Amino acid sequence: MNYTIETILIAVGAFLAVLAAAFAQDALFQQHMWVLFAVLAIGTVLMLRRISFAPVGPKPSESEYFDEVVRYGVIATVFWGVVGFLVGVVVALQLAFPDLNIEPFFNFGRVRPLHTSAVIFAFGGNALIATSFYVVQRTCRARLFGGSLGWFVFWGYQLFIVMAATGYLLGITQGREYAEPEWYVDLWLTVVWVAYLITFLGTILKRKEPHIYVANWFYLSFIVTIAMLHVVNNLAIPVSFLGTKSYSAFSGVQDALTQWWYGHNAVGFFLTAGFLGMMYYFVPKQAGRPVYSYRLSIIHFWALIFMYIWAGPHHLHYTALPDWAQTLGMVFSVMLWMPSWGGMINGLMTLSGAWDKIRTDPVIRMMIIAIAFYGMSTFEGPMMSIKAVNSLSHYTEWTIGHVHSGALGWVGMITFGAVYYLVPKLWNRDGLYSLRLVNWHFWLSTLGIVIYAAVLWVAGIQQGLMWREYDSQGFLVYSFAESVKAMFPYYVLRAVGGGLYLIGGLVMAYNVYMTIRGYKRNEAPIVGSVPNLQPAE
Amino acid sequence: METYTAMRQFADSWGMIAMGLFFIAVIVFTLRPGAKLQADEAASIPLKED
Repeated sequence: MNYTIETILIAVGAFLAVLAAAFAQDALFQQHMWVLFAVLAIGTVLMLRRISFAPVGPKPSESEYFDEVVRYGVIATVFWGVVGFLVGVVVALQLAFPDLNIEPFFNFGRVRPLHTSAVIFAFGGNALIATSFYVVQRTCRARLFGGSLGWFVFWGYQLFIVMAATGYLLGITQGREYAEPEWYVDLWLTVVWVAYLITFLGTILKRKEPHIYVANWFYLSFIVTIAMLHVVNNLAIPVSFLGTKSYSAFSGVQDALTQWWYGHNAVGFFLTAGFLGMMYYFVPKQAGRPVYSYRLSIIHFWALIFMYIWAGPHHLHYTALPDWAQTLGMVFSVMLWMPSWGGMINGLMTLSGAWDKIRTDPVIRMMIIAIAFYGMSTFEGPMMSIKAVNSLSHYTEWTIGHVHSGALGWVGMITFGAVYYLVPKLWNRDGLYSLRLVNWHFWLSTLGIVIYAAVLWVAGIQQGLMWREYDSQGFLVYSFAESVKAMFPYYVLRAVGGGLYLIGGLVMAYNVYMTIRGYKRNEAPIVGSVPNLQPAE
Repeated sequence: METYTAMRQFADSWGMIAMGLFFIAVIVFTLRPGAKLQADEAASIPLKED
């Protein structure tokens, strides 16, 4: 028999969820536990259907990579990506047309964290887990450690996503940006994350390759740091063990600093270090040449982790946070220019001697534009962290534009590149269903990002200038509502930019689906990718 | 001494020196003569197999 213990545990979990719903201290907890019960009950049924009473076959060979979980991860990445982009377009439209706020479940205040968590944790997180499992096995030349622990990490993480997402829509939040789930969901994520660390570190420890490749350093720093950030930021005392509400262990400005120490390092280690791990493996693979300078990548790693951790206070300029802490955050943010640009140059120069691939290989093009956006947003970020600039940019749409040039441009594009590389490999296909669709995806997303970022620069600077405009008597020239009204055209254009990016995501989903099904589109090759044949004289 | 003050003092004296020295040591070690060969070997790890 297989899956016996797993099935029993899920069924027990479903039963406990019913008990928790029955003894819940508040209505929200009760509803959330019913959601948990429904998910676990479906899980139990699915597991029961998979049980076979035949004797368990031989254990999978150690010489074989554990790729099934990576396949699931790639599909989850594409799925959550499209969902996250869609929710993003919805919230963008809600800002432009407030009538689209459908009470109570689909108000902006509930849907916005749904969007941020869906793209960062569901799309980005699945991409990181899937690619890290793929990369660590290949660069260590060892099967993933822990047997079916990889499955627990994958499904446990999906459960976290579902609980977080349904919680937001129900109105359950602890009000910490990018860490909205309440204490019980946080505890679950901690369990899953420790399992992830064990799987990853275990694979590194049993490696057959003597050197630990730099991509794994980045992945490992991402896993370890996120564990630390998540645990400290979410230190809280629940009011009841069967209720949603909890109170943070910190108060006042300490709480604010803890939140932004978490928030900025989530950007630094989740959205940067993890995806740099992706860059250092998939760019060399797709280009077929080693990284430009391995030693630069090592310095990139150490400099990045030494500096990023201090940059958080720049989110709290001109607040109750002590001045020295604000300046510290600013100085370290500006210093981050160096490692970021070192890493960008390293990634771009990997193509040195093979620049024609940008013209002939749309997947490489996707990765290169990702690195270019990494450079652009890590230039913009330090600039915005300078106090004088921040006094204009803070709380405006400019910040949102900056985040999206990093998230859509860097995180999104490098993930798309990795997905396009992985799908044919994982499903043993000759190549993608269509390279021309990759090209379409590339241009749709690039155009979408450019519209999005440019529009929000204009919007943000206008907003900032309107807020600080005084007349000769010292009165504010504009009321706040006037600055909101002025945003309307930008909000509509932003939704257009996001819409293009969403369409690009759908094109990718179709391409990935057809590749997995084994189809190959009959199409002309990309210009320049095959040498022009000379006619025989 | 108050715990906060003590930790603060440690952090911006010995703590900072230790981290700074570690960081410099890492860079020196990475750029040491003879490291290039090893680095080139490490860089080829992903290309060794599929």
